[in-house]
Amino acid sequence: MAEKNNNSNNTRRDFIKKGILAGVGTVFAGGLFSVVKTYADEPDTVKVLDQDGKVKEVDKSHLKEVGENVNKQLQKSNREGIPNKKWVMVIDLGKCRDARKCMESCQSAHQLWTEKDGDGSKVQHHINVHVMNRGSKAGGYFLPRPCQHCDNPPCTKVCPVNATFKRNDGIVLIDNARCVGCRFCVAACPYSARTFNWFDPKDADKYKDVPYNIELNVPQRKGTVSKCVFSADQIRVGKLPYCATACPNGVYWFGDEYEDAVTNGTTKETVRFSNLLKENAGYTLLPELGTKPSVWYLPEKDRLFPFEDYHTPSDDNAKHH
Amino acid sequence: MSNTKNKPLSKIVNDLTRPLKSHKGFVIWVLFLLLVIGGGLVAYIWQLRVGLGVTALRDYVSWGLYISSFIFFVATALVGMLISSVLGLLGIKWITPIARIAEMIAIGFAMLAGVIIILDMGRPERLLNVFLYARIQSPIFWDVTVVTSYVLISILLFLLPLIPDMPFLRKTMKDQPKWKQLIYKLLSFGWVGSPEQYKIVKRSMRILAILIIPVALAIHTVTSWLFAMTPRIGWDSTIFGPYYVTGAFVAGAAAVVVVMFFIRKSYKIKEYITDKHFDHMAKLLVLVMLVYLYFNINEYIVPGYKMKRGDDAHILAMFTGHFSLMFWLVQIGGLILPIILFLFKPFRKPVPAMVLSIGIVVAAFFKRYLITVPTLMHSNYHADNLPVEYTQYWPSIAEWSITMMAVAIAVLVVTILAKLFPIMPIWEVAHENGISYEEMNKFNAEDSDIN
Repeated sequence: MAEKNNNSNNTRRDFIKKGILAGVGTVFAGGLFSVVKTYADEPDTVKVLDQDGKVKEVDKSHLKEVGENVNKQLQKSNREGIPNKKWVMVIDLGKCRDARKCMESCQSAHQLWTEKDGDGSKVQHHINVHVMNRGSKAGGYFLPRPCQHCDNPPCTKVCPVNATFKRNDGIVLIDNARCVGCRFCVAACPYSARTFNWFDPKDADKYKDVPYNIELNVPQRKGTVSKCVFSADQIRVGKLPYCATACPNGVYWFGDEYEDAVTNGTTKETVRFSNLLKENAGYTLLPELGTKPSVWYLPEKDRLFPFEDYHTPSDDNAKHH
Repeated sequence: MSNTKNKPLSKIVNDLTRPLKSHKGFVIWVLFLLLVIGGGLVAYIWQLRVGLGVTALRDYVSWGLYISSFIFFVATALVGMLISSVLGLLGIKWITPIARIAEMIAIGFAMLAGVIIILDMGRPERLLNVFLYARIQSPIFWDVTVVTSYVLISILLFLLPLIPDMPFLRKTMKDQPKWKQLIYKLLSFGWVGSPEQYKIVKRSMRILAILIIPVALAIHTVTSWLFAMTPRIGWDSTIFGPYYVTGAFVAGAAAVVVVMFFIRKSYKIKEYITDKHFDHMAKLLVLVMLVYLYFNINEYIVPGYKMKRGDDAHILAMFTGHFSLMFWLVQIGGLILPIILFLFKPFRKPVPAMVLSIGIVVAAFFKRYLITVPTLMHSNYHADNLPVEYTQYWPSIAEWSITMMAVAIAVLVVTILAKLFPIMPIWEVAHENGISYEEMNKFNAEDSDIN
């Protein structure tokens, strides 16, 4: 989308009912405009944002088909991220009861294979809920684990082609139009946060003509790596990530570290990020590795739900935790 | 080499060029290799169509047999540097007849190391991206650079000592097909055998022999960094560079013994590759295996003593758990047992040396598997909510076929090189037999209409 849209701090523009990015179309006064198709009543006009962030209504005949170059332009701006932002997530482990709504909404948004597809042998997660401390005296708990969007990411360092990279706003993205499928990033990630398209992606035929959206990383492509993108497409339009809004239990807080504010995905309550961490002794995963994650965790104290372990334990798990 | 001394030049030339002309079993051997390659090709086309899902690799163990083979190939290729360079520069004479074998192995396996990486890629058609969007911060970029350099220097180190051999080939191979004669003519590079030319060849060989040492150290150090540069349990080690390099000498020296044995047998050149060569190579193996054992002790005992979180599961899986059978077979069969046996003279005879070396090579292969796979299985966050295949790994039929194809291509390259060119430098062997360069020139000029 055009840069001006990024700069405006407006959240949730209500005129974007369910905006589908149609790409950059019309050129007015040499500027780039982002075009948003709406489900408006008048079929002959569409609303567009101009350079100053103002909404204009233009005739459909003024729109041009999204060309390859414009697509590249879009990709470039998406590689830079939203200026003056540093996205953070806080995950409250005391509230998670393994409802897995986060996983489901994530899989559906990113067109990932789920256990319900086919014979269930192809499963991809951007966010996974792990069972931790199984058999420990301190009691087990569930750990939702998205990509940690590290500030010192081991994965982007090793990429030979700059297909996976860290944006200015802290998000680690993957460009599946460039990825060569060497899986070095998968091997390097100590959180095992990445997934690979071992087969044709889910509904590959259905999406094969859809232009690639790097901020959503769809359509998925066979032979390329995929990963959690902090729902960069949602953030772009001022919404919370898919996982955060899908959670029924208020596990997720999401926001901007510079504004020092995070919003709960379930209750929509907004609090001071630093206070939340301080009051609850927030921590990051594997701090000893120095990866500096953007995802913080609140300890599994005062669990809202009793821990119930209905997963099949593998022999590794018991040894590990 | 008392028993190679004082042979007449005509005998040396005849002995070393005869195997290049007709050779029983050569066609069958090549057909066998082509069959393996064909099978692998079918599997690879299948992999391209369906995706890397035809392998047993999944999101957790995402590197497996291909990457293990890659390290193994790079390791084996390193022997070219050890033998023709390090030993050669030290002035050790007995390596003359086996230096070219080592160089052939280096070329074949280093090239294949590059190929298997492409076979492992999810998007091989985007290979050019590695250059178009090259990131010099990525160990893969370093690897591409140094492996290419190593292949190039190895090819030069192979071709240079060939030049003075070309007159012998052009003289004796006149009954051979035109294309072969053309190759021999081209590779002569205008060689007339003047003292000046001998001086240039020798000096260039020396420069290359020195140049290849840092490059060879670099290729395997960088290969180890593909792992050591990640914060993963089992890879996060500071000794990975020397650990890999010393392991490479073990794999490569053992591979030379195996190739030496079969070439000596089928080329009937026992007078040139003698029992003494096996004896020396076995002693060399003891030395490099002891150094490698020392690194192994450091690599496993130090984390095993501390049992840090994460390391514990990894180490226990090796010592007593899931990988223990393979681990102990590799450590005992591929290191401890041959070290002990090679201390006794009877085991340094050709047949036992060859048998033990096959064990060492196979163990070296699975050692790379043990470096690659267990780490990926022992993730900090285990494979919950994923099918059971994600928690296990054993290479699929497609992976085995494709890997065997790669091995067969490497062996085919070595076979073709060994069929096209004398297995050892005629001029150097002749020189060691007390024949002067003038005599060689005279020999080549006799009833010869070339030049």
